[in-house]
Amino acid sequence: MIAPGTATRVELGAVARSRSRVVNQVSWRRRLGQSGYDAVGLAVFVVMLFPLYWMVATAFKPGRDILALTPKWFPAPFTLQNFQDAVARPFFFDDVRNSLVVVGATVLISLALAFLAAMAVARFGFRGRSAFVVLIIGVQMVPLNALIIPLYLTLDRVGQTDSLAGVIAVYLAVVLPFMVWTLRGFIANIPVELEEAAMIDGCRREEAFVRIVLPLIGPGLVATAIFGFIQAWNEYIVAYVLLSTNSKQTLTVWLASFTTNHGPQWGPLMAAATLTGLPVVAFFLLIQRNLAGGLTAGSVKG
Amino acid sequence: MGTAVKADAESAAATPSLEPALARRRPRPSRRGPGRRTLPYTLIAPAAIVIFGVLAYPLGMLAWISFQHYGLKELIAHQGDWVGLQNYTTLLADPLFLRVVLVSVVFTLVNVGLTLLFSTLIALLMSKVSRVIRVLLASGLIFVWATPVIVAVDIWQWMFDYEFGVVNYLLTQMRVFGSLIHHNWFENTVQGFSVITVIVVWGAIPFVAITLYAALSQVPDDVLEAAEVDGANPWQVFWGVTAPMLKPIFLIVTSLSTIWDFQVFNQIYVLLNQRPSSNFFTIAIYSYRESFGVTQYGLGAAIAVVMVLVLIAVTYFYVRQTLQTVDLAT
Repeated sequence: MIAPGTATRVELGAVARSRSRVVNQVSWRRRLGQSGYDAVGLAVFVVMLFPLYWMVATAFKPGRDILALTPKWFPAPFTLQNFQDAVARPFFFDDVRNSLVVVGATVLISLALAFLAAMAVARFGFRGRSAFVVLIIGVQMVPLNALIIPLYLTLDRVGQTDSLAGVIAVYLAVVLPFMVWTLRGFIANIPVELEEAAMIDGCRREEAFVRIVLPLIGPGLVATAIFGFIQAWNEYIVAYVLLSTNSKQTLTVWLASFTTNHGPQWGPLMAAATLTGLPVVAFFLLIQRNLAGGLTAGSVKG
Repeated sequence: MGTAVKADAESAAATPSLEPALARRRPRPSRRGPGRRTLPYTLIAPAAIVIFGVLAYPLGMLAWISFQHYGLKELIAHQGDWVGLQNYTTLLADPLFLRVVLVSVVFTLVNVGLTLLFSTLIALLMSKVSRVIRVLLASGLIFVWATPVIVAVDIWQWMFDYEFGVVNYLLTQMRVFGSLIHHNWFENTVQGFSVITVIVVWGAIPFVAITLYAALSQVPDDVLEAAEVDGANPWQVFWGVTAPMLKPIFLIVTSLSTIWDFQVFNQIYVLLNQRPSSNFFTIAIYSYRESFGVTQYGLGAAIAVVMVLVLIAVTYFYVRQTLQTVDLAT
């Protein structure tokens, strides 16, 4: 009579042996598959990043290497001439200053307004709250291109078409919804008990916001500020339509008019593109986590 | 200020179905008093005024102008002539407009399709590659994502240059289409739109791929393993398990991509040196040309209204989905 236990043990041994063979096979196959995936991943990386590499490489090449029928893959010899030429183009510094004014004003004002609104949405139940939420999610989808005509006509009526103030107003409305939405998430993560404790200790509600919540959402404020910076720095069509005087335009308008006004001079153009993109890339790296989260937070049921 | 808040309250009443979802996590009612009740309205008022004043009001004005004859004379007089539906009937009788709508729709379908296809493949690839490659791939995508559109257009314009462009050189070396030396991509509309598609899809992939990858890594491993144990092949696992779980996020990225691609303007306008021929008109470019090129603001507004109407249909799904996830997330 065979005890059930023994049989089981024998079976287990056989299973264990055969499984170790299978595992060996699988891991060998897996390793091969793994390096296959890695190779494809590397290829995708190269294809996606090549245009950016080509911009920077071109920017550092002397003119005769840029206009070569057989491309030179590396910027050797190396020159800064293209950057000097780009910066020497008319209105570069005017337009950098305009971009900074627009971006600075947009970020500071929108941050203040977004903080207040996010506070209301995260901390209060009030009539019309869900309507406000619908408004801020919905207007993120409004096609800005379609609004150019009424925006232009409205601003024309009040004499603000060729002024930075009009552009700033438009940018505020564009960045506010996302900022309110992102800050709401940050505020919701702070336990409401902290404010309640402060209020029990005699703080007024407004004081509790400023003393308790404001310091704790520092990272959220930085992230939304950078988001506002990127949006305002990159925007093109509104600035292009509203700002007609060369010395009043922003950097993207300057960059886009580069080839139109002077014919393609690829070296200086790539240098100018590098200069325009650089601050955005730098800031973007700091906040990219919040960007994906802001639009699609919690969409997958875990 | 009063109007904005009132409008909010009114539309809240008009959308009762959204109310219970948000009401559930309403903070506990605390102290009474008049300040307590007006404080939230005071807090949202500034943001609501700006958003309403700069986006919602112009949207209404756009519809209003689309029923008017509004040219240069009317612009100076600040007063349009009411013409009823005339702008719309002009458009419907205009073969160029019908062509532009068709071009925009096909362009959007192709671009959204390619964006989703490549992004899904890259997201799946990212979950398979080793750690080093994954970090490399993710940071590469982020660099592309961060590149301003105008910068991207300039880069691709240079890469597709007919004389010294690196693309013509590489394709000639690879002998796929024969010699492409001195080939001008913009003489032919289909080829020109292919270049524009490359630019749009290249720029759109990072957001979609990273979002899908983030969602993918939230799919529990045990579910996937259970499917494998049950004998499903990778293809079946993807369509039977992963895809249904990612359906909400697919819906969101699809609607966002549709919204972005249907109103593409910068890529075409700047790529073609701010003088695109009518072959390359999409609906956004056509609206722009009618209003600011030939100062027919009324007609341009009517075109923009058509664009908005199409997008509202798409937006509806996005907003509904987002509100559902808000409910789930918190």
